[in-house]
Amino acid sequence: MHNTTGVKPSSGSMLTDPKARALLFQVLSVCTVVGIGWYLFHNTQTNLAQRGITSGFGFLNNTAGFGILQSLIEFSPTDTYGRVFFIGLLNTLLVSVLGIFFATVIGFIIGIARLSPNWLISRLAAVYIEIFRNIPPLLQIFFWYFAVLRAMPGPRDSFALSDVFFLNIRGLYVPEPTATPAFWAFALALLLALGGAWELARRARSLKITTGQEFPVFFSSLALLVILPGLSILVFGKPFTWTLPELRGFNFVGGMVIIPELFAITLALTIYTAAFIAETVRSGIQSVSHGQTEAARSLGLRPKHMLRLVIIPQAMRVIIPPLTSQYLNLVKNSSLAAAIGYPDLVSLFAGTVLNQTGQAIETIAITMSVYLAISLTISFLMNIYNKRIALIER
Amino acid sequence: MTTHTFKPSLPPPPMSVGPAAWIRANLFSNWFNSLLTFLAIYLIWILIPPVIKWAFIDADWNGTSRDACTSGGACWVFIKVRFSQFMYGFYPEHLRWRVDLTVLLAIAGSIPLFLKAMPKKLPYGLAFGLIYPIVAWVLLFGGMFGLAEVQTSQWGGLMLTLVIATVGIGGAMPLGILLALGRRSHMPAVRVICVTFIEFWRGVPLITVLFMSSVMLPLFLPEQMSFDKLLRALIAVMLFEAAYIAEVVRGGLQAIPKGQYEAAGAMGLGYWRMMGLVILPQALKLVIPGIVNTFIALFKDTSLVIIIGLFDLFNSIHQATVDPAWLGYATEGYVFAALVFWIFCFGMSRYSMHIERKLDRGHKR
Repeated sequence: MHNTTGVKPSSGSMLTDPKARALLFQVLSVCTVVGIGWYLFHNTQTNLAQRGITSGFGFLNNTAGFGILQSLIEFSPTDTYGRVFFIGLLNTLLVSVLGIFFATVIGFIIGIARLSPNWLISRLAAVYIEIFRNIPPLLQIFFWYFAVLRAMPGPRDSFALSDVFFLNIRGLYVPEPTATPAFWAFALALLLALGGAWELARRARSLKITTGQEFPVFFSSLALLVILPGLSILVFGKPFTWTLPELRGFNFVGGMVIIPELFAITLALTIYTAAFIAETVRSGIQSVSHGQTEAARSLGLRPKHMLRLVIIPQAMRVIIPPLTSQYLNLVKNSSLAAAIGYPDLVSLFAGTVLNQTGQAIETIAITMSVYLAISLTISFLMNIYNKRIALIER
Repeated sequence: MTTHTFKPSLPPPPMSVGPAAWIRANLFSNWFNSLLTFLAIYLIWILIPPVIKWAFIDADWNGTSRDACTSGGACWVFIKVRFSQFMYGFYPEHLRWRVDLTVLLAIAGSIPLFLKAMPKKLPYGLAFGLIYPIVAWVLLFGGMFGLAEVQTSQWGGLMLTLVIATVGIGGAMPLGILLALGRRSHMPAVRVICVTFIEFWRGVPLITVLFMSSVMLPLFLPEQMSFDKLLRALIAVMLFEAAYIAEVVRGGLQAIPKGQYEAAGAMGLGYWRMMGLVILPQALKLVIPGIVNTFIALFKDTSLVIIIGLFDLFNSIHQATVDPAWLGYATEGYVFAALVFWIFCFGMSRYSMHIERKLDRGHKR
């Protein structure tokens, strides 16, 4: 800064110097936060000592001693609380993955239907969206669980779909695949076909860039994907045998059962989240300005290419960030499973384990950090993706 | 000189105007569209008539017990008999006028805020926001001015849902605004504290926060300090919502052009006056739709207090459906609950869209 008079400007008091003030303010706020933290910590220590609770994570190695309704990995009541944690985590992830898959499929269909030129279809989609996104997800879960699935008939009068699927009060019975020795050959063939298709797409792209020639990637990949696994079935035999559920006495034997808790929560979260995804998809597609469509048409692109090269890439740029936050919401909403007793992370670990061991702080902290880790990972990946696809402007 | 008379314009081709043309253009423009139309009509045909038959034609409306439900449709008697419990919970019957009065005061007090011609909206709004909670507390809880005390454990139904949602959002607003300002601050320590706080609460599900408030809060506080269940839930909801409000407000702060900050600085305003007089009034107006949307999300999320055993609207209805006297009428109960939630949420989302359109006009050049 120029100082023409050569007189040193008066420094004033420390309090009017912005830098000193900022420093003071920061020191004060850090002290407040640390102070509150220490106060809570101190209280907790005294309270724990008074109640005779020993803190620490040693309890994870103790025997759990209770059964679990559904577990994806082997579990017996003699296993440890640590294993209970993993079972809860896996069950949470199972609901999340199923929910995300179905909600994406239904959400995209409804979002596109909402923009359909067919008046009836677009109204129907709007009605679906407005009904389901304005009803609390917990209420929807309870409705499907208590009013629908718990009101199903017993195994003897179950609803049957061509004697393959059965729905009754104990859940949905579906055929169970068992891998035969030929399974590995089949899996290898499938992998080879996928790899081949990928390589084909890469070659076709470079061919197009260097010579401008088109190569029918879609049909040749499809042929690859049908022929290779088909050959493996012909040579080595079927990769799976299916065991059908069968009514014996009072219950079904064979097949897999999807317990009503899992069914209800997946159904409710799918329907609920799909309504939000549909809105995201609609606004994403609408955000591509009409000029883009017109420009693409005037370049002579066919409708197929117009969608694939112009509309979808631009719409996806708008759709993906809110879509990820919908996925995150679904993962967080999967914790509502606790309310109907589906053994997810919250109900197993922050519920049953907490009640049995009394280790409130540890169990809640572990549960929260799992959700936090999932959220932060996804938003971290999202940021990277956003940076990659962001428009690079002048 | 010959005069030239124009021939009268021909009517448009008959197939391009009128309902027939509309149907053709919108429902049967090509074979695929026609197929979709028939599919949609079929869908409506299998869904709507049974629902109308169940809910209206075969429904029972009059009576006082389940014996009145004989016609095989919906048993609305159940809702009728339990209606006051769904609205007020266990609030003593002869004191329910106090709840009604609180709601009336809220409506009457907020009408001026929606009037266009109302002068001095901001001071009025602030005064209302400061005075009304005190009045509402005195009316609902009582224990002074000769009003009998009603413990919060007796609160319930729609009233409790509204209390949790409004107190949650109202309490979260000031904290949320501070957090948003902190997140945009130039001081690294303040920024880190605010970002950590916001990301923590946004990363965990509300259900774990409620669990935490019910089992961990008593451990965090000194022995002699004990909160009742409702207050604990309210604290949890407020902290949780503050993080969401902060992100909404941050969006508004980012939308204010840099020139506004610079102009305020050039006027010689300090930080707080710059924010309070120039930036926040503009930013908060921009984010009203976002705040309404957060409120809708919170309103739906209040149903989670069932986990910690509070009797909000949803839990009251759920408890009534498992009551042996009315077993088997769960569907009616959930449909009624869904209807109440839907009316509130849909109404608010329409309002938020209306505001969005109104604000949009002012900002488009």
